Amino acid sequence: MIKVEDLRKSFGRQAVLRGVDLEVPTGSITIIIGRSGGGKSVFLKHLLGLLRPDAGRIVVDGVDVTDLRGRALDQVRARYGVVFQGGALFDSLTCADNVAFPLREKTRSGNPEIARRVEDALDSVGLAGMGRKYPAEVSGGMRKRVSIARALVTEPEIVFFDEPTTGLDPVLVNTIHQLIVDLHRRRPFTAVMVSHEIPEIFEIADRVAMLHEGRIVEVGAPPVIQASDNPVVRHFIRGEPERAS
Amino acid sequence: MTVPALSPALRPFEVIGRRATEIAEALGRFATFFAQAVLTLVTPPFKLRAFIDRIDYIGFRSLLIILLTGAFTGMVLGLQIYLTLSRFGSEAFLGPAVALSLIRELGPVLSALMVTGRAGSALTAEIGIMRITEQIDALTVMALNPMRYLVVPSILAGLITFPLMTALFDTVGIFGGYLVGVRLLGLSEGTYFGEMQTFVDMRDVLTGFWKSVSFGVIVTWVATYKGFHVGHGAEGVARATTQAVVLASVLILVWDYFLGTVLP
Repeated sequence: MIKVEDLRKSFGRQAVLRGVDLEVPTGSITIIIGRSGGGKSVFLKHLLGLLRPDAGRIVVDGVDVTDLRGRALDQVRARYGVVFQGGALFDSLTCADNVAFPLREKTRSGNPEIARRVEDALDSVGLAGMGRKYPAEVSGGMRKRVSIARALVTEPEIVFFDEPTTGLDPVLVNTIHQLIVDLHRRRPFTAVMVSHEIPEIFEIADRVAMLHEGRIVEVGAPPVIQASDNPVVRHFIRGEPERAS
Repeated sequence: MTVPALSPALRPFEVIGRRATEIAEALGRFATFFAQAVLTLVTPPFKLRAFIDRIDYIGFRSLLIILLTGAFTGMVLGLQIYLTLSRFGSEAFLGPAVALSLIRELGPVLSALMVTGRAGSALTAEIGIMRITEQIDALTVMALNPMRYLVVPSILAGLITFPLMTALFDTVGIFGGYLVGVRLLGLSEGTYFGEMQTFVDMRDVLTGFWKSVSFGVIVTWVATYKGFHVGHGAEGVARATTQAVVLASVLILVWDYFLGTVLP
């Protein structure tokens, strides 16, 4: 379980996280929704240890990781897989080499073993035989799928998805969501996803948390969120435009 | 906690103080970055493949521009020094004058400035793009040290390729001077090279060598630092690239003067 307690972060005078409290149960798909600029990506970067909070705690399976550094932090990160918003694939490597990269650098597997695992990973995201292409030569949807394959090839216990469907057409959004559900069903991992895709995310989430103005204002199973009385949540999931005050 | 507002009379001091603090912080980050790179360098594993790639990127691909600028620098020196020396009837010293200018000063400095413009800017842009597209974050969350993959191989490659490129620059420049002084202006070949052997000794070569080694570190350090600490978007990369070229060029000239006063 990932437990976040009273997480606070300010950049200069701007308070981005104002006391985030959240629990992510082991093996669940938890999706964080909220308006752009509401602190979702900043929150995710704290979970990944890329940013340090001003106050609060992040506890992963009973271990306080908030102030970990160096090798201790790397040991925790070794359990993570991350799918970045733009894919963050290495331009100079082929898709196959991108997927192979964490295996080559972090394991002692031999080349035949790595080749087999890469082919399996690409196959699992529907990209068998596409490994020789460079990221610049494939479509946005394919890049996201390569990124998912790279994140999952080391069989991590916790996978973070930062808006994995941003910029994709509705068909591809559903394809990627279905892919994540299928992969999760095959090998359950704890998933934390930041997404804007309303209402599609209600189909795949176990829990949904709404982050608004630096705080979690509502959290629960999709039906709970969909039936929420909270005006902020209702406003967001219905996509109602803001009224000028 | 709210900070009480300063009286208008004290505002200039606040501005100066804030700017001084920012500069001190930036210098601290710059030095810490290098210290981290050195620390990473002395701890295994060593990324040989990345190192070879960087040698190609910084050194091999800069060869043409080094050869061109070296040849024309030598030719200009040959012409100008010959014209000056001929006023005193001392044309015989053309060889050592060209060689000493190139080996001690112009070779290390000009080749470093050329490589800064070609490879230093490209290095900053490449690392900057990796930063804004989260590729560096991707390395970090894979529990891999980006310094090991991007910074250390570049600095080591700079350390090795800069002296080699300077040697090439010097050699081509000396032959450029020969072309003008001997072939075009009629100085004897024996005088050009003979006097050079008399006046140029190992100390001069070592001065040029140590300069080029230190320039290799300076250029790659500045270029990778600026790439790592790039701002937002394409504009941030463009600004970082410009800053890297300007800062590296200024540091080369300042450091050249400093070494010129220290080295024999």
